[in-house]
Amino acid sequence: MSEIEITDVAMRFRGRHGEVTALERISLTVPDGQFACIVGPSGCGKSTLLMVAAGLITPTEGEVLVNGKPTIEPGADRGMVFQSYSLYPWLSVRRNIEFGPEIKKVPGAERRKTSSELIHLMKLDGFADAYPKVLSGGMKQRAAIARALAGDPEVLLMDEPFGALDAQTRQIMQELLTDIWQRYRKTVLFVTHDIEEAIFLGDVIYVMTSRPGRIRTTLAVDLPRPRTFDTLAGQRFAELRNQVVGVIHEESLKAVESELARA
Amino acid sequence: MARVAPAQSAADPRRRRGFIRTYLTPKQAIPGQARLILAVGSFVFVVGVWWLLAMLVQNPLFVPSPYQVVVTWWDMMVNLGFYNDVGWSAFRIVAGFLLAAAAAVPLGLLMGSFEAVRSFFNPPINAIRYMPASAFIPLLILLQGLGEDEKITIIWIGVFFQLVLMVMDIAHRVPDEMLNVAYTLGASRWTVFYKVFLPATFPEVVDALRITMGWAWTYLIVAELVAAEHGIGSFILIAERYLRADRIIAAIITIGVLGLITDTLFAIVHRLAFPYVEKVRT
Repeated sequence: MSEIEITDVAMRFRGRHGEVTALERISLTVPDGQFACIVGPSGCGKSTLLMVAAGLITPTEGEVLVNGKPTIEPGADRGMVFQSYSLYPWLSVRRNIEFGPEIKKVPGAERRKTSSELIHLMKLDGFADAYPKVLSGGMKQRAAIARALAGDPEVLLMDEPFGALDAQTRQIMQELLTDIWQRYRKTVLFVTHDIEEAIFLGDVIYVMTSRPGRIRTTLAVDLPRPRTFDTLAGQRFAELRNQVVGVIHEESLKAVESELARA
Repeated sequence: MARVAPAQSAADPRRRRGFIRTYLTPKQAIPGQARLILAVGSFVFVVGVWWLLAMLVQNPLFVPSPYQVVVTWWDMMVNLGFYNDVGWSAFRIVAGFLLAAAAAVPLGLLMGSFEAVRSFFNPPINAIRYMPASAFIPLLILLQGLGEDEKITIIWIGVFFQLVLMVMDIAHRVPDEMLNVAYTLGASRWTVFYKVFLPATFPEVVDALRITMGWAWTYLIVAELVAAEHGIGSFILIAERYLRADRIIAAIITIGVLGLITDTLFAIVHRLAFPYVEKVRT
């Protein structure tokens, strides 16, 4: 069981104009093996929430439990993938992927077996000994995902991993990620501002709104799996998208109005 | 990123290949051949102007010709033991620079990574940085005399305070996410420090060393001009007393060539040690 349990997490910063509430009492549970997506506009605090789950920052209130343990410090049980890839440029693709196992002192042969498998799975064959500088954006992010998986984490936290990729590459990456997820069945918390991406990937979608960041709607995605390119053309996909777009549009209008009211 | 000139097909009459279009489009790459010709041309131009000046002035005492300087340089090497002075200067540079780097690089890395260290060291170092190293010479002569330690200290002062702040900036710029990834893979603070943080800074630190090495030459010559028995600076001073402009020019050019050699060595080391760096600086 690898469950993520977020309970009453609030995050407040002391800004120049008084206190800023980035997150307001957020609670949600991602059961074992679920792919959960958080969608929201930039600045709604969705990345902050992920950082709290990773244990990289401490919330003002509340706590996050992974497998029942509070996430006070970062650990290998929670693998993270960032938008900026953050591969280590001085290590080859293989050494990057083996970084986690190396820290855990996994024996060389076993490490190599893991990395070879992931290199193949992530379609990086032939690039094992290449430095990250020769990889395209999509390949870099595939290597970064492989690196996170090589650490064999309980849960995977993904912070807009495809945000820097072009539309075509992003689509391919989404398809690859669903395949990988079907294979490993990790519990995933995936943050994005792309509504279609969230619907395509997620079992459930949490729509967040900003200032203060809170969860506005929860939506179960009942699209059958395995999901493929054809899923995007389906009627149900369109319905779900319109539903989410509607909610976000309504919220955006409200935000504009409240800004006008304050002005 | 290298800019590649758009393929200009001669077959397309709409694309004219005029002089202005080729050479006066901002940030547009020019043909490789033209680049080479311009580079060689600039050198020929400088030497040519010098030669012309020497011919016009007709005063070899103050404006020697390039040829005369080359002859003088050979004479300096063979009859005046100029290589000895070069050796002394090189020794001082290497000693002063290594001692400065050995202190500045570790301290700079610590200042860049730990705010406590930065808060403690930054104010005095920043203040001293604005005190010219050459102004310390009289004081150091009083304290240390005219020996080698005085010269080395000048170079140390000149290099250390600049280098430590450069290294601090480099360390400070290491992206947080690079470190955070390691934490989420189960790395301890110490592992993150030596397996991620340090290697992330290395290429730029070598760049910083290369830049400060150039400054070290300036401080050395100033120190030698003020007071020294040997060294290129003292050779220049003696040449001045004998009104030998040709020797001064030959010595200055020697410094330039030495600087170019060390710079090239640093560039080669950089390329060999960090083949993974994306942007190749020349």
